[in-house]
Amino acid sequence: MSIETVAQNLVFGLFVGSMYGVAAVGLSLVFGVLKVLNVAHGELLMIGGYVTFWLFAVLRIDPFLSMLVTVPALFLLGVVLDRIIFRHVTRLTGEAKIKNSLLVSFGLSLILQNVVIQLFRADERSVQTSYSGTGLTAFGIVLPYTRLLILVIALVAILSLHTFLQRTYTGKAIRATAEDWEAAALAGISIQSVYLLTFGLGAALAGIAGTLVSVSYSITPSIGLAWTLRALVVIVLAGTGRILGAFPVGLFLGVAEALSATFIGPAYRELVGLVIFLFVLLLRPQGLFGRT
Amino acid sequence: MSQAFEQVAPPVTATRSGGWLRPALVVVLAALLVLVPQLVKQGDVLNLCFLVLLYISLGQSWNILAGFAGQTSLGHAAFFGIGALTTRTLWTNGGPFIPALFLGALAATVFALIIGAPTFRLRGAYFAIGTLGMAEALRITISQTSPLVSTLPIDQIAGYDLAARYYLALALALATVGVAALLLRSRLSLGMLAVREDEEAAQATGVNPLKHKLIAFTISSFFAGLAGGVFAFYHVSYYPEAAFSPHWTFDAVLISFVGGLGTIGGPVIGAIFYVLVRDRLAVTLVDIHQIIFGILFIIVVLVFPGGLVEAWERLRKAGRFSRRGR
Repeated sequence: MSIETVAQNLVFGLFVGSMYGVAAVGLSLVFGVLKVLNVAHGELLMIGGYVTFWLFAVLRIDPFLSMLVTVPALFLLGVVLDRIIFRHVTRLTGEAKIKNSLLVSFGLSLILQNVVIQLFRADERSVQTSYSGTGLTAFGIVLPYTRLLILVIALVAILSLHTFLQRTYTGKAIRATAEDWEAAALAGISIQSVYLLTFGLGAALAGIAGTLVSVSYSITPSIGLAWTLRALVVIVLAGTGRILGAFPVGLFLGVAEALSATFIGPAYRELVGLVIFLFVLLLRPQGLFGRT
Repeated sequence: MSQAFEQVAPPVTATRSGGWLRPALVVVLAALLVLVPQLVKQGDVLNLCFLVLLYISLGQSWNILAGFAGQTSLGHAAFFGIGALTTRTLWTNGGPFIPALFLGALAATVFALIIGAPTFRLRGAYFAIGTLGMAEALRITISQTSPLVSTLPIDQIAGYDLAARYYLALALALATVGVAALLLRSRLSLGMLAVREDEEAAQATGVNPLKHKLIAFTISSFFAGLAGGVFAFYHVSYYPEAAFSPHWTFDAVLISFVGGLGTIGGPVIGAIFYVLVRDRLAVTLVDIHQIIFGILFIIVVLVFPGGLVEAWERLRKAGRFSRRGR
């Protein structure tokens, strides 16, 4: 096996990992702030993919450009879901809260998946732009334009989120709520508004990830579960409570999968993440990269 | 904490009212169910009855673990799949069916015991996602190692007898419900319910949580494995991966919750409701029953934790209008 093949796989792993990262940060944000586990996150991602596909197939809008519509649309969907469903869960506390959120979002994932089947049929869909398949070549490594754009957009999204959380007043309110919601409420922060905004942001991130996924893979209404699991794998590896820390771990998972596909075989690439996930969950519940 | 948890699982109260009436009703009902293949001549109706019975076993087996012991496993498909795969492999390779069926269930139970001890270190939602990850890892492995469709041998197809499948499913459903009912009347279930309500408090009063969780897991996976074996007996051809599909888990969750989690009647009513609604709606629309059940499920979890069983009890109470003057 030449060094170029390995390097090529590494780079592709990084591209794939950037999608894992964005998907995981969205889930991790909601988990870290609302303390609810939204297993319908993968379905939100899938819907983001379908909105992109629809805009591309019907209105011929470039998938990357269509994010200007997709992301606000998913934000809105997230806000609506928080209001009509998750608001009833965030009232609870502790173990009951997280368990009920898991159950409720499981029901939601069934609904969303089947609504999309009703709207788009269960066929595979894909977005093929005019520049799909073209790219740069550097040191014998192929860098397709779409993949490069995916990495750039993922980085921009994560950095903007970081800046928003660190620099703005609202971002500080979100972080304060994540840290200790009771203290935040005492300091005059409207917890429900923070939850609403955060859930919207999480859904918007799922929308971004969905667009990126629709450009790289064919999508079906049933891809949600696999993406939820991937995001969960990343979060568990990163250690829960580290919101943006999920992004580099997503890159790590992408690379780990790509390397195992190279050395073990492509059939088991999905398995690698799940096996690492189970071992980490059982042996290091604070996460592979988490602090004790 | 535990107070809020009752949102999901209401405490189980074994109703001892009725005296001889209830067992008599069960016997009459069982006799009627035995006669179904003689009375019903249409294959599709018998088919539907078979599915109801299979889903009763599936839902009830999940209910024993999740409803009684409070462990929300999302890996139930793994045990169903192992039962199906083992039974099918032994049977289609010439083995006698009944031993194959029990070996399948045994394989599922052994697997449950192997993964049980480590996964029970995880609490609540982590247990749920851990078991989900485990089941998916197993499904992917099976899809790689057994990618070919499994079809019955020609002579088996020629002699295919739906009534035999029906009787097997009936026996399994009766056994599963019976064991669940016996369990709920036993001392063992008190420990399980205690673990469900508050693990720390249960431990403080001398209940061994791990032991009770493992017993519930063993019974649950044994019956899930048997249900998988019945599935393998029923289907003429399917991909081995199909028996490991997360849908088996999701169906069990929906049936138990919508019917009434932690009750004996819940999964039974849930399964009847689920299969009939699915059958009615599948004629006109594709999979719209999933949307309806998703909505019902959310409503049950959020505002009506007792499910259909509780709805029925309330209706009855309202009808009798309070002997105790409530």
